[in-house]
Amino acid sequence: MASTEKNFTATTNPCKLCAPLGASLVFKGVRDALCLLHGSQGCATYIRRYLISHFREPVDIASSSFAEAAAVFGGGDNLKNALTNVCSQYHPKIIGVATTCLSETIGDNVPMYISEFKKANSRTDLPEIVHISTPSYRGTHMDGFYDSVKALVVSLARAGDRTDQIALFPGFVSPADMRYLKEIVSDFGLPRVMLPDYSETLDGPLWKEYQRIPKGGTTYDEIVSLGRSQAVIEFGHTLKTGRSAGLPLEEYSVHRYTLGLPIGITLSDEFFGVLEQLSGRKMPARYAEERGRLIDSYADAHKYIFEKKAILFGEEDLVIAMASFLFEIGVVPVLCASGSKSGAMEKILSEMGARYGRTISVRGNADFSDILDEAKNLAPDFLVGNSKGYAIARELDIPLIRIGFPVHDRIGGGRLLHLGYRGSQELFDRIVNTIIECTQAKSSVGHSYM
Amino acid sequence: MVDVLAQRERQVFRKGEDTFNIGCERNSVAGSVSQRACVFCGSRVVLYPIADALHLIHGPIGCAAYTWDIRGALSSGPELHRLSFSTDIQENNVIYGGEKKLYNSLIELIDTHHPKAAFVYATCIVGIIGDDVDAVCKQVAGEKGIPVLPVHSEGFKGTKKDGYRAACEALLKIIGRVATDKISKFSINILGDFNIAGETWVIREYYRRIGVEVVSAITGDGRVEDIGRSHGASLNVVQCSGSMMYLAKQMKEKYGIPFIRVSYFGIEDTSEALFAVARFFNDVGLLERTGLLVESEVERVNRRIRYYREKLKGKKAAIYVGGAFKAFSLIKALHLLGMEVAVVGSQTGNKDDYTRLKDMCLPGTIIVDDSNPVELANFSIEKEVDLFIGGVKERPLAYKLGMGFCDHNHERKQVLAGYEGMVNFAKEVYSSVMSPVWRFSPRKTVGAGNGVD
Repeated sequence: MASTEKNFTATTNPCKLCAPLGASLVFKGVRDALCLLHGSQGCATYIRRYLISHFREPVDIASSSFAEAAAVFGGGDNLKNALTNVCSQYHPKIIGVATTCLSETIGDNVPMYISEFKKANSRTDLPEIVHISTPSYRGTHMDGFYDSVKALVVSLARAGDRTDQIALFPGFVSPADMRYLKEIVSDFGLPRVMLPDYSETLDGPLWKEYQRIPKGGTTYDEIVSLGRSQAVIEFGHTLKTGRSAGLPLEEYSVHRYTLGLPIGITLSDEFFGVLEQLSGRKMPARYAEERGRLIDSYADAHKYIFEKKAILFGEEDLVIAMASFLFEIGVVPVLCASGSKSGAMEKILSEMGARYGRTISVRGNADFSDILDEAKNLAPDFLVGNSKGYAIARELDIPLIRIGFPVHDRIGGGRLLHLGYRGSQELFDRIVNTIIECTQAKSSVGHSYM
Repeated sequence: MVDVLAQRERQVFRKGEDTFNIGCERNSVAGSVSQRACVFCGSRVVLYPIADALHLIHGPIGCAAYTWDIRGALSSGPELHRLSFSTDIQENNVIYGGEKKLYNSLIELIDTHHPKAAFVYATCIVGIIGDDVDAVCKQVAGEKGIPVLPVHSEGFKGTKKDGYRAACEALLKIIGRVATDKISKFSINILGDFNIAGETWVIREYYRRIGVEVVSAITGDGRVEDIGRSHGASLNVVQCSGSMMYLAKQMKEKYGIPFIRVSYFGIEDTSEALFAVARFFNDVGLLERTGLLVESEVERVNRRIRYYREKLKGKKAAIYVGGAFKAFSLIKALHLLGMEVAVVGSQTGNKDDYTRLKDMCLPGTIIVDDSNPVELANFSIEKEVDLFIGGVKERPLAYKLGMGFCDHNHERKQVLAGYEGMVNFAKEVYSSVMSPVWRFSPRKTVGAGNGVD
């Protein structure tokens, strides 16, 4: 098991984004919520633009629009003014106030500003205001994402009479994944609350009128009710080491299941196994059939992909789950890389590689220049990851299987399905067909049957 | 009914109804969801196309991540500008300072990539944590023998315009470093064209045909050495006046180079730009060649856009762009296509710009400064526009509401400048406005599934 650390001081072509982006995403998945970034105007605008390039949906994110005086004397007035304007323009039920490197560095006391704002407006019907600390010099967008889910749980969830309800924290997955997850849990007859749920807000229909806050998302009441769930299922291998939003629910005696993102048979079986256990029902026939078809296709296509070499990059939890899937179908993820380093990825992947008898390289804190440097010696057949890998794919002249976020050079980033048997089927077919297409294109014969 | 935030009331003007001066050049109202970016963005867009320079962003990762290969500024040679370099400041740097990391990053990146110059963008927290960026730059410049220039672009220190100015300050330190022999007397610099989709090349070709030497394009397809001898040109021809007027004025003061303001969008403005340059040199041959070029190009463009004009006649448009100067050209270009402009606005227009916009627009037109999604969407609905011209952030607004869209920002993939740009523009507008898909939009029809709100 080779594991290399980066040798460079600077980061070239980052394989990560900053924490406020993760917070912005989570609040897109809460009904009638708006995210307000406490810092310079550019943070909100750049993040909006970035999210729009993937989802191709309007993404409104407010900013407290710091000017120089705010940086000197504190951003309290800006934040309060912003809260007032957001209330009058958007009428939100929840406002997520996420900090930035600027407001954190000058030491703004955001909780105090919020309580002052509430006091000054005590007679009006104010929205719930949830504060998250997301300086971009700490962690990545995934920290912003997980911390925001956790902040919502900690601030709003309450104890109460136990229900059959399942709390589901899917992590940073696509709107299509979210829709499918809801379908699965419902088909097991389980009531559920999923947080966040941007399946409609970030992949919705055209509008008749302008929607200040698009319809959809987890409601305030649902978040409050999380404390009464019988169990919480959260996806993300790295959550086992902290950052878990399920952990605070344990205080309300909610049983916690921390699973990997259900990609491939192995990890999907774990998820469905938990659902069988919680519902007391067998896997509904349609999923058993999906699973059957997926394994059938594994059999049909195994030769095309056996011992093909892939380079896998992206968020740690996605990389770990995808690696499990690739190993399972006979592809070797020779290099698994992420721009962050929680400490969990290396251990999990080294054990996984050992189980399959493969030596792979795992890199945390990697950027795309590290990935390219190493890729040149690995002779990979293809890349698996987001659009940021395109430059490398072009240089190495190998295909890039686009998954995750961002996908800004194809249409339908929000409709990419990764999870469960159905999502794995889509990924599997795409991978195999890409390999077949390459073989076909490189052959001088022009085979009609492959 | 469009409700505008009280603090923004004076930044929305309805021609024919309102009489006040449009409020502008203000900081964005907190919580208004402005479409503007920040000081850093202003600096980054101006310097970005310099392809043989190292662009190192000093700060936490976000600013570098979101601007990686973000613009279609093409290079005919090196492509260092398409990489994203960051010092990726971490928490311990915030506590103990980031100077050492900046120094090491610069040394290592210069040794790896051998740039002709390095720009160091100081983002929001750099000054606050006490880093002396100027000192580090000076030290590295001494050690490596290339210009290493600080760009003070802390996001909160003003608006995008202040970022333009910081970029111009850095450019001024490069200008004058290279000898200016063998430059023709009919020579210009192109200021404020960024070679998006290759537009600088199109404009350069026009100047070549009329016999004017382009010493340097600042910064489209830019090279440090060319910029270094740009003070040898006889005239600065400034497009995108918002970003480059400061540089033009400084070059006039420092090197006595006069400047003119032009635009290369639309037939009318492109022709006027070429004529203005020819008139400046007042050379018979040059004027004659310009006349011939303009005549043949205009005739060709008119022929090629005739079909689109027939189809687009009477359609309505909304325009929301960064600098107001571009809006003037777009209004003229849309008029040429027989279209009306019902909403027009900019992120950074000034008083003169808005006065001119008022004069150009028909009664009933809504003119808006530093707008936001709620306003832009609702104004476009109110005016029932068929087309929205803007950038990536405005695109989903238009599409959600069933309106056509034309990207006239820095992500566009085809030339919209010059004569061929006018044809492309017409075609692009046509292919969005006339697409059959809009008939399924809930605002246009009631079909199955469209019955409910």
